[in-house]
Amino acid sequence: MINVPVAFIFILGAFLVPLLRGNVRKAYLLLLPLVGFVDLINMPRGTGFVMDFIGLDLILGRVDNLSMVFGYVFVIMAFIGNLYALHVKESGQHVAAMLYVGGSLGVVFAGDYLSLFIFWELMAISSVWLIWYRGTKISLNAGFRYLLVHVFGGVCLLSGILLLFNSTGSILFEQMDVRHLNVASYLILIGFMLNAAVPPLHAWLTDAYPEATVTGIIFLSAFTTKTAIYVLLRAFPGTEALIWIGAIMAVYGVVFAVLENDIRRLLSYHIISQVGYMVSGVGLGTMMAVNGSASHAFTHILYKGLLMMGAGAVIYTTGKSKLTELGGLHKKMPVTLILYMIGGFSISAFPFFSGFVSKSMVIAAAAGEHMAFVWLMLTLASAGTFLHTGLKLPYFTFFGKDSGINAREPPKNMLLAMGIAAFLSIFIGVYPQSLYNILPYSVDFAPYTAGHIVGTLQILLFTALGFFLLLKQVKGTPTITLDADWLYRKGAGWFVWIVNNPLADVGNMVTRVALNFFTALLWFSRNPVAAMKIIVGMEKRDRYPDIPQHLEVVSSNAVFVLIFLSICIIFLLGGGQ
Amino acid sequence: MERLKILFGICLVAVVLSDFLIPREHVTFFWEGVPGFSAVYGFMACVLIIVVSKFIGKHWLMKPEDYYD
Repeated sequence: MINVPVAFIFILGAFLVPLLRGNVRKAYLLLLPLVGFVDLINMPRGTGFVMDFIGLDLILGRVDNLSMVFGYVFVIMAFIGNLYALHVKESGQHVAAMLYVGGSLGVVFAGDYLSLFIFWELMAISSVWLIWYRGTKISLNAGFRYLLVHVFGGVCLLSGILLLFNSTGSILFEQMDVRHLNVASYLILIGFMLNAAVPPLHAWLTDAYPEATVTGIIFLSAFTTKTAIYVLLRAFPGTEALIWIGAIMAVYGVVFAVLENDIRRLLSYHIISQVGYMVSGVGLGTMMAVNGSASHAFTHILYKGLLMMGAGAVIYTTGKSKLTELGGLHKKMPVTLILYMIGGFSISAFPFFSGFVSKSMVIAAAAGEHMAFVWLMLTLASAGTFLHTGLKLPYFTFFGKDSGINAREPPKNMLLAMGIAAFLSIFIGVYPQSLYNILPYSVDFAPYTAGHIVGTLQILLFTALGFFLLLKQVKGTPTITLDADWLYRKGAGWFVWIVNNPLADVGNMVTRVALNFFTALLWFSRNPVAAMKIIVGMEKRDRYPDIPQHLEVVSSNAVFVLIFLSICIIFLLGGGQ
Repeated sequence: MERLKILFGICLVAVVLSDFLIPREHVTFFWEGVPGFSAVYGFMACVLIIVVSKFIGKHWLMKPEDYYD
């Protein structure tokens, strides 16, 4: 059987999509991930697909337990995402999504920094189309901001790679010496952290994702942050600062979710919160923590996809995305509600749902290192997760005050995609060994102990009590929330203002002074003797009427060109010696 | 609605009571050995998150929807 890097199946496969129509295309979109899956499980273990490129080894197939965990879930999510988007007519969206999946898989199996970087950039430039295809002015602008931020991250990453190559002569993508990080590794770390949406480098996510298409956000929420977790797990496990950064992220997302009115932006803040657990796991770096991060990425992709699909179904059928405009949809969309709630219970880590068996591993790893404060922060964020994703969002969307808006269940393909994600979320929760078997290290972890179940239930149920007691406080308000994107959204305006006003004034002043100087110089050079006499007062000015007082010619282009050329000649002569 | 509230209340009581009965295998932090700690912590976490976030929001972060236009 011919075997290729699984990324190529999706990247090359993407270009066939525009040539197909109707049911053939639908079948093709479902077949492509299946072919990808078969290819994936047949990829040879170890280091494969090595290509020579200007004397460097490009490794396109580093296949081990860690890359396979992400490989599996990415291909599964590609299938679910395509099924959810099956009704979408524009082939461009499908092409963008498949290139994006291909880029992510390319990163996951890359064994060197150069190919990693190429796939990394492919992800950015393909995924932005999933935002732009929404076709609104807001999404266009948000997409540009998304792209610019990722270009910045890409430049950091590339600078780091070049410095690394310069100092070590190697572009191998391996574990860094995290005790002795240098400028190169810091730049690479910043590039990775930006894609993991680590505050304050996170605002691209919550700014742009909610403006994406209904189907595009399913892909977006799965791939970028989780490839970032993969590369962090590969290169930076045990970087102590990440423990705290991750714990802060977990709480940060929860705090902002309280203030959010847009349902998909609320869920986006919970991506940051959930990725915080994974970043913390990277920082802890123990076997348990690495397993925890990898498994939490796996379950998170499925349940976050499910939640985004549920929110997308609401937006698809009602056209509304704000809690203040929604309410009372449970009668019209009962199936969507049930499937959404399975996602809500999973992310909240209810027993027998997937989050329970993965999140607890990270928290247990923090306990294993005796990090009490991190433990408390992560547990607090768990309460906040249930508060918003499991209570606030569904309550004010499906229950609460009836908004009276038109709604119906979404198309069957969307429900089916949600059904698969829901099934997997419960399956992993009930049978965690299925996930534990594919983790990087062999697992000796039992999530279902009496203490763990009772402790979790107490936290969740008493969070619910708090929610119902403070119901009036938590309901959505028609506002938006400032975040770090304020710096460049408002800052860019100020920058332009500073350039157009004070800076332009200074520029004009310099021009004026220079012009006056040259006017005087020219007047002087017409007849220096007479000019000197006039200056010292020996002659009256009108004695020599042929000396022009104001020379328009000075401001002509010809004079400036001459001045410029003379300066050039002086420099050339000077440089030539 | 009243029935649901009573049911919810019974659940709350039951889950706290059961915390007194279960065996503790691993106790890393002292509070893991205190029955009912998780209930108190969960409730306080919920209230704290709502009150603190809303406070920051009202005084600083929440803006009208046309803020960036």
